Amino acid sequence: MFIINCPFCGEREQSEFKAGGEAHIERPKQPTELSDDEWAEYLFMRKNIKGIQFERWNHIHGCRKWFNMVRDTSNDEIKAIYKMGEKPPVK
Amino acid sequence: MSKNLRVKTSKFVDETYRVSFKFNGSRYYGYKGDTLASALLANDIHLVGRSFKYHRPRGIMTSGSEEPNAIVQLHNNSDRTEPNVRATEIEIYEGLEASSQNCWPSVNFDIGGINNLLSPLLPAGFYYKTFMWPASFWEKYEYFIRKSAGLGKSPTTPDPDVYEHEYIHCDVLIVGAGISGIMAAKTAAKNGLKTLLVDEKPNLGGSTIYQNSEHFKINNQNSGSWLEKEINEIKKIDNLDIRIRTSVAAFHGYNFLLARENLTDHLPIEQRKNKTRQKLLKIRAKKVITATGSLERPLIFDNNDRPGILLSSAIKRYADLFGVACGEKNIFLTNNDSAYETAISLIQKGIKVEAIVDNREEIESKLLYEIEKNNVKVFKGFTIVNTNGYKKINKVSLMKLSKDGQKVIGSKINLSCDCLGVSGGWTPAVHLFTQSGGKLKFREEDQVFIPKKYSSEQISIGACNGDLILEDIIKNTPKYLKEFLNIKKTDYDNVEVFSSENKSKRNIWLLPSDKILGKTKSFVDYQNDATAKDIKLALREGFRSIEHVKRYTTTGMGTDQGKLGNMHALGIISETAGTKMGEHGTTTFRPPYTPLTFGTIVGRNVGEYFDIFRKTPMHEWHLKNKAEFENVGQWKRAWYYPKNNENMFEAVQRESKAARESAGILDASTLGKIDIQGTDASEFLNRVYTNAWSKLAVGKCRYGLMLNEDGMVYDDGVTTRLGENHYIMTTTTGGAANVLGKLEDYLQTEWPELDVYLTSVTDHFATISVCGPNSKKIISNVIPDLDLSDENFPHMSFKNTKIGKINCRVMRISFTGEHSYEINVQANYANSVWEKCMEIGKDFNITPYGTETMHLLRAEKGFIIVGQDTDATMTPIDLQMDWIVSKKKYDFIGKRSLYRSDTIKDDRKQLVGLLTDNPNEILEEGAQIVADVNKSPIEMLGHVTSSYYSPNLKKSIALGVVRGGKNMMGKKLIIPMENKTINVTVADPVFLDKENKRLNA
Repeated sequence: MFIINCPFCGEREQSEFKAGGEAHIERPKQPTELSDDEWAEYLFMRKNIKGIQFERWNHIHGCRKWFNMVRDTSNDEIKAIYKMGEKPPVK
Repeated sequence: MSKNLRVKTSKFVDETYRVSFKFNGSRYYGYKGDTLASALLANDIHLVGRSFKYHRPRGIMTSGSEEPNAIVQLHNNSDRTEPNVRATEIEIYEGLEASSQNCWPSVNFDIGGINNLLSPLLPAGFYYKTFMWPASFWEKYEYFIRKSAGLGKSPTTPDPDVYEHEYIHCDVLIVGAGISGIMAAKTAAKNGLKTLLVDEKPNLGGSTIYQNSEHFKINNQNSGSWLEKEINEIKKIDNLDIRIRTSVAAFHGYNFLLARENLTDHLPIEQRKNKTRQKLLKIRAKKVITATGSLERPLIFDNNDRPGILLSSAIKRYADLFGVACGEKNIFLTNNDSAYETAISLIQKGIKVEAIVDNREEIESKLLYEIEKNNVKVFKGFTIVNTNGYKKINKVSLMKLSKDGQKVIGSKINLSCDCLGVSGGWTPAVHLFTQSGGKLKFREEDQVFIPKKYSSEQISIGACNGDLILEDIIKNTPKYLKEFLNIKKTDYDNVEVFSSENKSKRNIWLLPSDKILGKTKSFVDYQNDATAKDIKLALREGFRSIEHVKRYTTTGMGTDQGKLGNMHALGIISETAGTKMGEHGTTTFRPPYTPLTFGTIVGRNVGEYFDIFRKTPMHEWHLKNKAEFENVGQWKRAWYYPKNNENMFEAVQRESKAARESAGILDASTLGKIDIQGTDASEFLNRVYTNAWSKLAVGKCRYGLMLNEDGMVYDDGVTTRLGENHYIMTTTTGGAANVLGKLEDYLQTEWPELDVYLTSVTDHFATISVCGPNSKKIISNVIPDLDLSDENFPHMSFKNTKIGKINCRVMRISFTGEHSYEINVQANYANSVWEKCMEIGKDFNITPYGTETMHLLRAEKGFIIVGQDTDATMTPIDLQMDWIVSKKKYDFIGKRSLYRSDTIKDDRKQLVGLLTDNPNEILEEGAQIVADVNKSPIEMLGHVTSSYYSPNLKKSIALGVVRGGKNMMGKKLIIPMENKTINVTVADPVFLDKENKRLNA
């Protein structure tokens, strides 16, 4: 069980949060202009890597805010947490 | 018949307090402080169980939680019965009753023992190989396998005990109260840190506390006496919490640990009343110090499993701690100095040691000198090749080891004995460390795995970190503690230590025999009867991964998780495969370290507290009116209200008729309600629903369908425009939380520019739905001030009004197709409004109806239920709801997916109505739909999603999804059932009132 440092509430137990998949996948501004393949790329294709992963989390049983997390999936080490719209602080 | 093998008064057991207990029906006596194992050994009982596969007689082998053989059933046939309890851990109490497991009719004469004679026919993977063919026979095999497998019996009545969970937050947690754990606890606590020390045993001090030998001294005192003073000191420290009988089961990431604290298992049953039996401690520690010590390894040789063969360290513990001799003629087999320590302890107590068989050729040890001084014969460079004695060892055979240790040479020497102590060196207990994600390294010189890289703020100290002798522990521990706790000094910086132990060891994973391997029974995993032969067979058959070998041979898969033999399995694999130890890694150590009871895991969450449930404000009324309830999400919803012994079908038929003929009333409070405000609220709804919202006038309601981005229907409900920038959205009961989450997600991440605020108000408002041709008359009396004319209050509109002093929002919306009203009222007034409706409705036979009738009524009208008529593969087009999908809107969630190549296919499953040829035949929901039963294989076209008998139409009606169903109107299809086929005709899903006349009736 992680301890997650919610950027709005501070450190809380993982059980208060919900994972929301890969981060930095922007919804296309004009979906109607995309081909099936381009739309499918947005819709279905997600990374699932062993190592550094950028992901979205939601403090669902707290402030309900979404935020981003950089996590090493091989050992669950949280490298960074930052708000939606902010640039990732690590590469 | 039994002898008394209590040899010496021990300060750790209370010999003034005699305890009687029963084992396999016979009465025995022990002392307070004994474990079941020590008390049995004192009565000269070694044989306690039978092995799992071959049913070989097995005795007590260890003195702790690593015990593979001595597992017993407690209090058989009572509500407190418990299987798989280790006799080496359970403390005896007056009235304890234990019995052997896995044997029939008795441990002394076990029919299953025939498996031992058949063992050449039962190689590794026997079950996999034999019972696979023919596949249809599995059911028959299974019955017999299940009967002969399994250890112990589970209780058949509810557990009378109480369990609890406790959360603990501390600065430092120390796991293990042996000498290094005690040193760590004192150091941490004296530096002002909030410290928790746990140990699985009932007393502190590990194996040092009973060390009373001139060969091990700390500051010139015997190490045991020195440690006792330290323990007395730490007991006085306020900020140190000590929990004994507490076993850490799991070490998770971020220093989250689970431990089981045993509070009453050592007490006589009558003293356990009103006490918590076990606690699950949920520990979050800033820092963790693991001091779990090490486990002695057995040695692998032919017939190494007979009763009377124990670990050397266990023999020492039984003698030093409990004053019990495991035998009167003891022999040791060792490859290191530890067995000498035990032998010296025995000699001190006057217990006879016949001989020590040492694998080592050259031994330089002060301990050896003392042994020889006592005229004990030491066979150097020898090994044991066989043992004799069916129910207890009575003879060992030795032979000389060749130089390379791979063969035995010379002639056989036979020695008689009644107890054999084995010592194969020590394995650091790294289980918890690896559970936490730590990485191990292999230390060649003594062939052990030790911690290399930690995954959190933690260290391992003492034996579990590879400091296996006293000298190393005392010298290294203060150093590690200072660095880890960031302190300058400890009380132990200048402690003097004297230890006679020598580190030399001759490690041979599988000791050679004069017989070929195929003729030997050299057990690696005692509990599961996996032998060295089985492991080699697995390798010959091509298994290489340790994880595969483990599963194929079942090595390490017993309740003891292979604490004793796993290292040997690895050793034999690497020797046979010609690879280096450490290359294969180890198998994964999984929680729990020792088994947990279900009671501990669930704690107080039993019975009505098992899961939380949500009640509507009218819940008590439903109860009083004998409603049956249905679980919807976490809600308890009234399902139907049986009257006069009606069954569900009869009740639903009555309720449905009443709602269409006069008036029905439904508690719809569980529907999700989201309050939406902000200047961009309309634009937001445009984007999340498939239809258009900008032009919805204030005071009007509209039905909306919400999709996922993949175009599949996600949720539906009516949303009402309360004001220019204010809406209230309703969602399905089960979908409320997810819809809110999804909307928040889009608002916060994709459209942060929108000025919209969402608030869940599901619990704040209750919803009472009154429907039927007489609903207007009822509501006109409930709310006399409200003008109910169609001009003032048409279908799909809402009014803010008052019932007496109570504010309410009334919507004229309908999920039944009847003229109906939904009254939304602040939850704490809801019951009074409900009762008022019931009172006024009496004259119109107002009938409360539950979810089942609601489902029937909406099915008559062909309204879908998201999640029943849809799954995550249905688009609105598939549902024949094209009318709700806006063509004009540029974008909404899921729009682009509605014309992907896959979603525009004609032969997708589409929602249709189904009418049975026989109007009284009711289809089963979930039944498959086909066109041609003669085709092989039969092509499945779809399935029935909703099915009812409609009392209003006097026939059975159903909805279903059928491949290409839209173009099948009027077509005959077939529903094949187990013993018949049912003919159906595809129909319009709207069965009743296609013109919507009843809405304004």
